Amino acid sequence: MTAGLLPSPAVVDAVAQGRLHRASRRRWVVLVLAALVVVAFAASLMIGRTSYPPLDVLRVVLGEDVPGASFTVGRLRLPRAVLAVVAGLSFGLAGVTFQTMLRNPLASPDVIGITSGASAAAAFAIVFLGWDGTAVSVTAIVAALGIALLVYALAFKDGVAGTRLILIGIGVAAMSRSLTSYVLSRAGAWDFAEALRWLTGSLNGTSWDATVPALLALLVLAPVLLAQGRQLSALLLGDDTASALGVRVERTRVLAIVAAVGLLAFATAACGPIAFVSFLAGPIAARVVGPHGSLLVPAALVGALLVLVADLVGQFALGTRFPVGVVTGVLGAPYLLFLIVRTHRAGGSL
Amino acid sequence: MTPVDALATAPPAPDTAPARRPGPPRVLWLLAVVAVLAALMAASVAVGSRDVGWSDIVAGLGGSSDTIGQAAVTKRIPRTVLAVVVGAALGLSGAVMQGVTRNPLADPGVLGVNMGASLAVVAGIAWFGLFSATSIVWTAISGAAVSAAFVYGVGSAGRGGATPLKLALAGAATSAALTSFITAVALPRGDITQSIQSWEIGGVGGATSAGITTVAPFLLAGTALSLLSARALNSLALGDELAAGLGERVAVVRGVAALGSIVLCGAATAVAGPIGFVGLVVPHLCRLLVGVDHRWLLPFSALAGGCLLTGADVLGRIVARPAELDVGIVTALIGAPFFLYVVRRQKVREL
Repeated sequence: MTAGLLPSPAVVDAVAQGRLHRASRRRWVVLVLAALVVVAFAASLMIGRTSYPPLDVLRVVLGEDVPGASFTVGRLRLPRAVLAVVAGLSFGLAGVTFQTMLRNPLASPDVIGITSGASAAAAFAIVFLGWDGTAVSVTAIVAALGIALLVYALAFKDGVAGTRLILIGIGVAAMSRSLTSYVLSRAGAWDFAEALRWLTGSLNGTSWDATVPALLALLVLAPVLLAQGRQLSALLLGDDTASALGVRVERTRVLAIVAAVGLLAFATAACGPIAFVSFLAGPIAARVVGPHGSLLVPAALVGALLVLVADLVGQFALGTRFPVGVVTGVLGAPYLLFLIVRTHRAGGSL
Repeated sequence: MTPVDALATAPPAPDTAPARRPGPPRVLWLLAVVAVLAALMAASVAVGSRDVGWSDIVAGLGGSSDTIGQAAVTKRIPRTVLAVVVGAALGLSGAVMQGVTRNPLADPGVLGVNMGASLAVVAGIAWFGLFSATSIVWTAISGAAVSAAFVYGVGSAGRGGATPLKLALAGAATSAALTSFITAVALPRGDITQSIQSWEIGGVGGATSAGITTVAPFLLAGTALSLLSARALNSLALGDELAAGLGERVAVVRGVAALGSIVLCGAATAVAGPIGFVGLVVPHLCRLLVGVDHRWLLPFSALAGGCLLTGADVLGRIVARPAELDVGIVTALIGAPFFLYVVRRQKVREL
């Protein structure tokens, strides 16, 4: 850089050029991702045991009555595809929020046990208490907030070390999963489909009853989170720097945590803890967008794309119908391993 | 450390024995653990969804199964034996693993080794028509070995070697992937999805004496390998350089001990499914009781592991009456908080 107090015009120019370039790349990437989500959404409406041409599907979506297609597409595939998008957006947003806030790609809510806590609570409310709909979602959100608080409190010992937080989270996740197993085993006969939903996440048998609360939560909470986007990015610089930049640190943090946990909990109550989506979405988005600016929107889109594509793969590509969580689990775990190896090759700290 | 251990039965002078905490001598602890184990075994035979009287228990132990009560007792005997044997194997395996990796979070469950054994068995059954009990045990041990090597390889890549965090993360990630794979392998096979639960959550409910006989040689071999490594593990605890200086062939010792612990947890998984956290909790508790000398710690961990699993199995039968709770769920519910305690207490990066 130049030695003077003010950078030379050439430097200013270069920086401005760079910003412009990055902003336009970002816009392009977001547009392409959104287009891919729309394509995958359309595909999951069209493809199935009986496939329908795009025109029929469009007519059904617009509310016309098409013999055959109205039931298959309107009643079976549409709620499923909508929930896939809603859950993907929610998991992606929540995941990248946690990863940004805790400054660690490993600190996503599914690794540190928040998603599995919500899932255990939802399974408990359904199996033991016989609840459904909003009551289940509320139980899930209370449990998820409680787990987030618990993990944070347990990890607190002269400040929160990232290492300890993640290890504590792994322990809490293991306990939540065994609680889920406990609840399911008390349900009487081990219902395999139901068990898979609450252990790995599944979109099988989705109806509008499950989809609508998650959709409403997304419509309310996503804007809250997006409004915090700039402040969240500033938190990456550290609390002191962020508050010097005019960010109200505590307010931002509390708002972001509550909104992210809410998104997670509502989505989990609808389709279970779809494995690794919130863990994968942020890093993939960072890879395609580049390291600058808020990752919220790209990560949300990546999440939706992941769930849609994984559900299509699980349903049709493999001969047997696999729940979506099995597919994302098989995809996500190797990435987690890769991250562990690579972080240490590069000499970074975990 | 060695001269102190030679005097283990004599009350050591406080300033010459920094490794031993004051308290009852180890022999007393040993007697106490054996007594607890005996009590738990008795409880395990007596308690269940059907109440049985003393006369039925005595007759059932004698091999009679004339009344329903006696039949229930004869069903509970192999189950009790299996719980003791599997618990002992897992406790011992965990103690050896913690010694070999010098890592306080090492445990066949945390490191994903049990899930590796599980996946190998499920894949063997689904794809290769694995049938005989012995071949299932071999498959489980191979699966355990492969996943242990993999997790350790991933966890020790890069700077700093195998830190607890990296190992635990690599284990958690591997477990998650393996669980997905188990589901993926078993789901298309309607005929084995029935038994899939037993390969995702461990339990001792399906115990038979034939099953126990099949794994017995493997467990004995693993136990022998592990116990023979005890002295060498003491040297390893001082660090690789010091151990080599003391005349240990570090790589050989490590390999033998690791093999022993893998055979133990692989065989245990083959007969009872993946059961987590026993190998984590037990050695830590035993270290509090008898100190860090592996010659005491290893046998003690085996006994205490038997106690823990038998107790967990009895608990699982009591809390869910008349249904039963798989012992794998109970150990996770007990063990995960303990995991949290260890993480909070230790300076995680060191050890």
